[in-house]
Amino acid sequence: MIAHNFKHALFCAVVTMVVAYPILGLNLVARGTRVGLEGADTTTLVAIFVAAVVVFAFQLYRDTLMAALGKLPKLNPLAHREPMPQAKRVKMESWILTGIIVLALFWPFFVSRGSVDLATLVLIYVMLALGLNVVVGLAGLLDLGYVAFYAVGAYTFALLSQYMGISFWMALPLGALLAALFGLVLGFPVLRLRGDYLAIVTLGFGEIIRILLNNWTAVTGGPNGIGGIPEPTLFGMEFGRRVKEEGNTSFHETFGIAYSGEHKVIFLYLIALVLAVITALVIRRLMRMPVGRAWEALREDEIAARSLGLSRTAVKLSAFTIGAFFAGFAGTVFASKQGFISPESFVFLESAIILAIVVLGGMGSQLGVVLAAIAVTILPELAREFSDYRMLVFGAAMVLMMVWRPQGLMPMRRAHIELKRQE
Amino acid sequence: MQDLLYFSQQLINGLTIGSTYALIAIGYTMVYGIIGMINFAHGEIYMIGAYTALIAITGLATLGVAWLPLILLVALLCAIIVSSSMGWAVERVAYRPVRGRHRLIPLISAIGMSIFLQNYVHLAQGSRNIGFPALIDGSFRFGSSEGFQLSLSYMQITIFITTLICMIVLSLFISRSRIGRACRAVSQDLGMANLLGIDTNRIISATFIIGAALAAVAGLLLGMYYGSVDPLFGFIAGLKAFTAAVLGGIGSIPGAMLGGLILGVAESMTSGYLSGEYKDVVAFSLLILILLFKPTGLLGKPEVEKI
Repeated sequence: MIAHNFKHALFCAVVTMVVAYPILGLNLVARGTRVGLEGADTTTLVAIFVAAVVVFAFQLYRDTLMAALGKLPKLNPLAHREPMPQAKRVKMESWILTGIIVLALFWPFFVSRGSVDLATLVLIYVMLALGLNVVVGLAGLLDLGYVAFYAVGAYTFALLSQYMGISFWMALPLGALLAALFGLVLGFPVLRLRGDYLAIVTLGFGEIIRILLNNWTAVTGGPNGIGGIPEPTLFGMEFGRRVKEEGNTSFHETFGIAYSGEHKVIFLYLIALVLAVITALVIRRLMRMPVGRAWEALREDEIAARSLGLSRTAVKLSAFTIGAFFAGFAGTVFASKQGFISPESFVFLESAIILAIVVLGGMGSQLGVVLAAIAVTILPELAREFSDYRMLVFGAAMVLMMVWRPQGLMPMRRAHIELKRQE
Repeated sequence: MQDLLYFSQQLINGLTIGSTYALIAIGYTMVYGIIGMINFAHGEIYMIGAYTALIAITGLATLGVAWLPLILLVALLCAIIVSSSMGWAVERVAYRPVRGRHRLIPLISAIGMSIFLQNYVHLAQGSRNIGFPALIDGSFRFGSSEGFQLSLSYMQITIFITTLICMIVLSLFISRSRIGRACRAVSQDLGMANLLGIDTNRIISATFIIGAALAAVAGLLLGMYYGSVDPLFGFIAGLKAFTAAVLGGIGSIPGAMLGGLILGVAESMTSGYLSGEYKDVVAFSLLILILLFKPTGLLGKPEVEKI
């Protein structure tokens, strides 16, 4: 056994070296038109060697280590406790949520402009993640092109304001509805496909939308994007120093306070907050309605659900359309916050980030998804010097979550009865 | 005559690209055929193959080696070794622990792996694209000197010949060798093959290694053909190759070859007659249309869903 383990461990260590050394240890550098090669510094080389040794040791004592790990007492002392009664749990959750919302309402008045701006971005991601949560978490449809609907929302607002001078409040429902329409049109033919094919088709659709936005220069401005997107107004009051549009008044003059750039940022934050709360509440209600139950039923067992008379297409299509609708919502807010959009903001990586949020938070769980959105957006900002490693860590986290805790950090829990296995 | 020459040029370009798509597509199709998952990180393995080949070529140039066949051979071997190790490691780390769970779980794990590998190379080698030396120069030219000239470069010929050799070796390997036979058995019925004494874990590892090796060959060839590599280079190529695999019928090796060629030709015809910018749109639209109307692809077997 030891001899076999030793061979295997040695093999794993060699593979580690082979995989790591050429890419990490030898760096290509452009010298004028020619390409040169430079060895990495000693730290990297030592790190590669240490990694190989660690892999070797782990594989050699794998059985012993795993046995020892299995014997450790459970880290979570609450693992065996009875789940809270449904009524109590719901009550507690809604108290916590109300607390968070009240806190979020007053918080921006006491912090810096940068943090409020970041918080707006977090809320946009919360909206996106809640929307995707319906599609992936509840209905079990893996959508890798979710960012396309986000783009539709953002571009609807940008184009309508550019060509027709439509304001934010008009564009908000229009963008969301148009995104939902796109979802409906795409969903109708593709939802018959099996899970992984669906994932690839949505990915292809996302790329098609991005390429079209990039190349249809006459309308979308191509890679240069669209700028000068207006900010939202409060009952015709603008937040700029000067009024841009006829008939509008400015916020600071109406209330007789000094002009401050922060008003606009805080206003946008509050809009995003209200919209995020609306998104969460609407989806929360939908989850308890028959359509929400149908999503989950279809996710758990398609054949059983269909044999009980659920229409597969209608149920899936509703999830897909509602998900797209909220992405359109988020897109409009995003366009208004940035004031400028380009296809750069709607790449596949963005879809992957939103998916990572849903997966990390626990598919189907709203609170988990909200917390994950906050963590995923804020952590890279806090650790700026490590921002290069952000996506690397994301990728690794997605793999590790799938291996160890596919249900996510805060899985959705429902009161349920389990059949006891016969001993 | 001119039109014919132009058409033939597009055909040649399409077949060149298509044959490398076919090489990558085999990796997707074999893995799908055996464990029924989309190996999303396959495009990244191909990208790593291209990078390794470039590192090997640059290294040899620094050492002063100038004999072309030796350079190509060493670059090819290095790329194959590193990519295969990567393929093996990825399967061990990210796919084996989640095998047999719900369909979406291995797929999400694979997407995570793909993002991880992309950024791994990005951090180690920088995000800019790096020039790949054109080792094989020159071309045959046909047609009058004033009109359109059909050119068939030596590089394109190299790509055709290499791909052809790879395909023949692979077909022989799958149909004649012990491991090849085991591969076919496992793809027909994994559980039964296991009962009959085939070490299915080893066969699955072998599939990943074969796919990664072919992707590495494609990485070297396409790197030289395009003249540059960057960390995102694998993503689109991977998607295209996956499209090719679906087009031909996923799970079928001849299907992957055929699908690659068709996709390559369709793409180069689009860029030749319409616009180069929309060639990716054509590829993805083709994918969507096939999945809608003939999900089993051209040469695939229909999948019966058992309750």
